[in-house]
Amino acid sequence: MTQHHRIGGGLVDRSQSLSFTFNGRTMQGHPGDTLASALLANGVRLVGRSFKYHRPRGMFSAGPEEPNALVTLGEGARTEPNTRATMAELFNGLQAASQNHRGPLGFDLMAATDLLAPFLGAGFYYKTFMWPRAFWERVYEPLIRRAAGLGALSGQDDPGLYDKGYRHCDVLVIGAGPAGMAAALAAGRAGARVILADEDFRPGGRLLAEWHEIDGQPGADWAAAAWAELDGMEHVRLMPRCTVFGVYDHGICGAVELTAPDTPEDRPRQVMWRIYARRTVLCAGATERSLVFPGNDRPGVMLAGAVQAYANRWAVAAGRNIAVLANHDGGADLAEELRAAGLSVAAVVEAHNGQGVAATRGRLGLRGVTLGDGRRLDCDCLAVSGGWSPNIHLTCHLDSRPVWCDDIQAFVPGSVLPEGMRVAGAANGAFSLPDCLAEGQAAGRAAAEAAGHPAAAPVHRASGIAHAPAPVWRTGPEKGRAWVDLQNDVTAKDIALARREGFGAVEHLKRYTTLGMATDQGKTSNLPGLALLAGATGRSIPETGTTRYRPPYTPVSIGAFAGRERGRHFRPVRHTPAHDWAARLGASFTESGLWLRAEWFARPGETGWRDSVDREARQTRAAVGICDVSTLGKIDIRGRDALSFVDFVFCNGFASLPVGKVRYGLMLREDGLVMDDGTTARLGEHHFLMTTTTANAGPVYRHLEFVRQCLQPHWDVHLVPETDGWAQFSVAGPKSRALLSRLVDAPFDISNAGFPFMACAELTVCGGTRARLFRISFSGELAYEIAVPARYGNALGAALMEAGADLGVLAYGVEALDVMRVEKGHPSGNELNGQTGPVHLGMDRMASRRKDYVGRARLGISHVDGAEDVQLVGVRPVREGDTLWNGAHFLEPGAAATLEADQGWMSSVTHSPALGHAVGLAFIRNGAARIGERLRAVDLVRGSDVEVEIVPPHFLDPEGERLHA
Amino acid sequence: MMIDHPILGPRDAEEFVYLGDACLMVRPDGMAADAAEAFATYLYARENPAGRHRELWFHEQGDQSWLIVTRCTRTHAIEKVELAQDAARAGVVGQ
Repeated sequence: MTQHHRIGGGLVDRSQSLSFTFNGRTMQGHPGDTLASALLANGVRLVGRSFKYHRPRGMFSAGPEEPNALVTLGEGARTEPNTRATMAELFNGLQAASQNHRGPLGFDLMAATDLLAPFLGAGFYYKTFMWPRAFWERVYEPLIRRAAGLGALSGQDDPGLYDKGYRHCDVLVIGAGPAGMAAALAAGRAGARVILADEDFRPGGRLLAEWHEIDGQPGADWAAAAWAELDGMEHVRLMPRCTVFGVYDHGICGAVELTAPDTPEDRPRQVMWRIYARRTVLCAGATERSLVFPGNDRPGVMLAGAVQAYANRWAVAAGRNIAVLANHDGGADLAEELRAAGLSVAAVVEAHNGQGVAATRGRLGLRGVTLGDGRRLDCDCLAVSGGWSPNIHLTCHLDSRPVWCDDIQAFVPGSVLPEGMRVAGAANGAFSLPDCLAEGQAAGRAAAEAAGHPAAAPVHRASGIAHAPAPVWRTGPEKGRAWVDLQNDVTAKDIALARREGFGAVEHLKRYTTLGMATDQGKTSNLPGLALLAGATGRSIPETGTTRYRPPYTPVSIGAFAGRERGRHFRPVRHTPAHDWAARLGASFTESGLWLRAEWFARPGETGWRDSVDREARQTRAAVGICDVSTLGKIDIRGRDALSFVDFVFCNGFASLPVGKVRYGLMLREDGLVMDDGTTARLGEHHFLMTTTTANAGPVYRHLEFVRQCLQPHWDVHLVPETDGWAQFSVAGPKSRALLSRLVDAPFDISNAGFPFMACAELTVCGGTRARLFRISFSGELAYEIAVPARYGNALGAALMEAGADLGVLAYGVEALDVMRVEKGHPSGNELNGQTGPVHLGMDRMASRRKDYVGRARLGISHVDGAEDVQLVGVRPVREGDTLWNGAHFLEPGAAATLEADQGWMSSVTHSPALGHAVGLAFIRNGAARIGERLRAVDLVRGSDVEVEIVPPHFLDPEGERLHA
Repeated sequence: MMIDHPILGPRDAEEFVYLGDACLMVRPDGMAADAAEAFATYLYARENPAGRHRELWFHEQGDQSWLIVTRCTRTHAIEKVELAQDAARAGVVGQ
């Protein structure tokens, strides 16, 4: 197929041909083309079906505002739906397909929907699909979803790379049209660090689409020269293909950059930039508006500025015989320009002089129009202009409100702008080229000066005038369907209907009719819609107001927001300092908080995880086991007031803790509920080492800094988080002392007398390696925790295994750790869930009455519903073989499973290898007084109903004899 | 948002963790007879101003300092940034 709509001139590179396909048909274009211009060059006008009525649609614009020409690019996992053909840079091998039709594009089976249009007005589904109610989810909604829509996702992982980055500058110039170029030149020549971003792949904006001269050069040449000059400045960064989509607080802008289409696949295809700018100059230009008249949605009806751009920039005739309809004198100018380019102009229809279009014809593309006076014209393209609206979106993202300007019949930026922002050129309502250049130059100079780079700026010479539009929004008779919003199939009738049904406020109108929604956000349709609403309500447009502008300015793919943080890169993987040691021993790892931890160490012959875990727990209780507990939070506390500080953050007393001893501490929030628990060692007179749970290492440290800086600012105390600095092992079991005594250097004494339960010391091991030893136990056995600097973690693990081989040493994981702590009734994350206080945990007697501490005042007062009178107890099944389930609720025998009958819940369960049956920890109403009572543990989700007996929470060695052995 | 740290200069709000109203620094006496009542007010009764708000931010990805940021909740304009510890020492927290 030849490019028979290609004409002379233009900014495409005819020396090269690019091959691409549309719906499987191969066509040719040139470098510099967009998919839209290349399709038009090949005579393709029909490119898609509309959202609701499946009407045939074609290219309507030549830029980011495109409502119709949404296509799917690529195939398989690289599918990119809803791409605007007008923004897609052509490359060799591009594959595009049309969307939202069943059967071929030219014969869409769903087009029958259009016949039902009289019944499908605004809000039809709210009214039509009310009965029967049960049909909504199963029948109506799936039906509507299948019938309406845009492109489809591939359903596969996107293999493309996305990245993120940060950039800083003195002056960010948004838009590289005449105003933006002038601003960037002024700021760049003054020496300011400038970023110039433009969404197009070729800079110049409307200079590429219109005929102008600047400083004696054709506009496009001037733009290329200015771009080259800026490119040569070291302190200026040019970012083509980069859309600034949002303005955020304090000079931060969000931008997404598409890389060139021939970028290799191992490079990012999109980059999300966060740009920090001291000053911003917005030169985003303006968007042309359509007019409302019957049949204005056929392929071939196109914005006048787009027809001009296709002819001048892309050397493409949008039609062979073009009619022009405008509400200003620019229509006549365009006709003259098109004729000069060798195109035939059928008529110029002047809406501002009472003329109009009453009807259009052509099933799959425009063939002719009927004018207001009844004259019938043949034409295959109708160029429409309803005036231009400044692109004020980015001025409004921080809640600045635009103001109405009668001269151009459009909203312009208000007087209050985001801090540091200036607006210049068409975005500011200055539509003539000399004004654009002058405003851009002045804004660029002022922005540079405000950023500390004063300088005189060049003055550019150019000519050109702006045509003021008449307040005419609609032509032709009231009957007949006249589209306002092409993307959402909203017609003039829908707006009248919404108003009649009480949705006459502008934000209501948007939601009731979907006017201005979806990917184009009504860039070409919002103002005509507002104008019609204003007309229907007898108010002016400024009285009617405008909907709120929110980021993003144009659609941004989710992939760009995700960047590289997806899959296993969603967050960092943290290895403990003894990770390699555990891996060598065959550990299975599990995510625990921010860490990977060994869950168990399977051995040949074991048939499931229970075998491994039971063995680990049993052998630890019989001999000695080692567990990597490096992930526990460690906070070093020093200073003359360190003791007061520790005493203030725990509810139990620390004042009597001697040097060389460890104490369990319960940390509360001010509302009296438990924040965390752990042991704190007193290593010196003014030196403590606090241990936190793995998950709370960060939050507890933040809380301690709050106490130190905000509540007790006069205290002499300093905190250093050193979780990552130490590798720490639990060494537990009756033979743990025998094992450790082989590693601890002389003359340190760890005998029961010399190093009793809850002792701590700084010493050396393995011939001089610094270490900290604590005689503490989570398992209930004679146990220690030993810490060495992180770099020795793997080595210490190996040394322990080697030294203990004849003692029957083994490594155990977090599952066996949990089994043993449940057997001992120690609370853990399931019990310290942010809804429980000391009273519920049976620890209220620990709380001191003699001192003030965080949480004192509300102790026993704060409660969460259902937790107020529960207490932590143990439960065991009456029949020993029964399984217990975490999350089960307790009921009296015979009671119905209702909220009123609820007696509490199961928080932790395990199979106890030591006892040979299941055991559980539970919060039961008034539980401490109900020891011996029988209840049912009911789990309706798993269908379990088990008789249990309430017992004390310490299942094993309740007197703690093993600890002191 | 950018927070102009008194020591480190302008920093992206990404580096900080937000806590809430700076009135949290004025902790009642936990030993007082009416402590339960006073702490109920301290914990749960907060102004929610549309305008000037003194609030606590923690520079977690930075120097670990708590800051009092005086910010307009309507515009996000930041009027003042102080080190919380300095303000607490000077006894000017409640202003």
